[in-house]
Amino acid sequence: MNVTADLELCQGHQMCQFEAPDVFGYDGDADKVVLLDPHPPEGLREQVSRAVKYCPAMALSVIELAEMPAPNNEMEAHD
Amino acid sequence: MTITSTGIEGIREVSRRFPDSEHGHLEDLRDDPIDLLHRVRAECGDIGRFRLADRDVVLVTGAQANEAFFRAPDEILDQAAAYPFMTPIFGKGVVFDTTPEQRQEALKNQALKGEMMRGHAATIENEINRMVAGWGEEGEIDLLDFFAELTIYTTSACLIGLPFREELDSRFAQYYHELERGTDALAYVDPYMKGVESFEIRDAARVKLVELVQGIIDKRHARGKVAREDRDLLDVLISIKAEDGSDHFSAHIITGMFISMMFAGHHTSSGTAAWTLIELLRHPQVMSGIVGELDDLYADGPDGRVEVSFQALRSIPNLEAALKETLRLHPPLILLLRVAQEEFEIGGHVLPAGTMVGASPRVSNRIAEDFPDPDAFDPGRYLDPNQADLQNRWTWIPFGAGKHRCVGNAFAMMQLKAIFSVLLRDYTFEMTQPSETYRDDTSKMVIQLARPATVRYRRRTR
Repeated sequence: MNVTADLELCQGHQMCQFEAPDVFGYDGDADKVVLLDPHPPEGLREQVSRAVKYCPAMALSVIELAEMPAPNNEMEAHD
Repeated sequence: MTITSTGIEGIREVSRRFPDSEHGHLEDLRDDPIDLLHRVRAECGDIGRFRLADRDVVLVTGAQANEAFFRAPDEILDQAAAYPFMTPIFGKGVVFDTTPEQRQEALKNQALKGEMMRGHAATIENEINRMVAGWGEEGEIDLLDFFAELTIYTTSACLIGLPFREELDSRFAQYYHELERGTDALAYVDPYMKGVESFEIRDAARVKLVELVQGIIDKRHARGKVAREDRDLLDVLISIKAEDGSDHFSAHIITGMFISMMFAGHHTSSGTAAWTLIELLRHPQVMSGIVGELDDLYADGPDGRVEVSFQALRSIPNLEAALKETLRLHPPLILLLRVAQEEFEIGGHVLPAGTMVGASPRVSNRIAEDFPDPDAFDPGRYLDPNQADLQNRWTWIPFGAGKHRCVGNAFAMMQLKAIFSVLLRDYTFEMTQPSETYRDDTSKMVIQLARPATVRYRRRTR
């Protein structure tokens, strides 16, 4: 998975750090998130999903790596 | 597609239901703002226009136009001049030396940081317990009175401090409510227009609030200094002295500061709590799913009972989904406004400086392409793997979006989770009036539940 943070939207709440401390850090001077690991391992998926879900600024996204399509990609079927 | 760049006259103006009004669509806005806003999209599309007194308001809806609106920098689209009805509420002559953006930032840093949420959660749980302490086995409550008073206590306790909150009673909530009622859109013509009853009540209510705050200040002076850990924001403000030794800030100014700090979090949370309960009573299956969820979470475990203040900061998926769906259908703010500070281009139209530009949570939240069967209450939209809010970041906008997305939204969600954790754990509720008679009073810019809106409660037996 590929994690992105929109720094224009980030308000520096630091919620993501509590949810996924290995993936998200904080730059106090800029009052913005810092991506510590833009390609976190699959084992952190649940933590990262919570960080995305509970970000008060809706500044975080997970984008699936295109070269690794799921074997039976249901999302595509719905599209 | 060819991009044609036009001026504002290239944007279609919505029809009028009051063609004889001298202030454009002002009467449409005062009579039925929801109808007006939906009509703009229906007749004009993603970008439409209406007249508000002597100004054009360009209303944008849909993901693309909303994103351009919400991403525009403050120097281009400014909030400060967009809400003239707030000036008499904060107080005439009360000049803050900060912009609304700086005040939001300060509020976030002082009181809404993630690390402070734990203390706020405990404070809120305590305030709800106090509100229901005198309930007895069964009875009836007015939803507007109950949630408006509760959220006066929670916002004052969390944002100003516990000692200040302890000085408040239902009078403060009553006067504050009268301020919120003084937001007639006539303020776009003149916020001090003579002969408008709600404006007179508003101004009298503000005088009474200043008297209450002056009384609290006098008590603080008589009491003298207290230890640092017992001080609240009021102690800090009255400790600042002018050169002659008198207080630097008058009660008038301090009241204005407190009103402005509490405003964004008060009627919004109060209304959302009321609508959540109404929607749950309208949808008994959703209600029973949430009651079951809460019973599981708060069941006695090997380590005792889980505290509400602990769980409110954690995931409660079904309750969260119901809260989000309530916010989608009943966003507390239906129209978010800015004023263009310089020429602003959106959707191929160049708007002159001074144009008001608006986005509508009420309309965007119900766009059928993004939210199928848009008028239906369906919390399933948010349950994994459906995440209708995250999938539609520029049209699921009950908290706004972009850089000025409500800084208090995590606080608000925590507060609502705490409120319903306590209420649904200990009580059952039923409607006392036909379901369709619960509705909003949209005659003012601050929307509130229309009366009567009562429910019956009964203590649960276990």
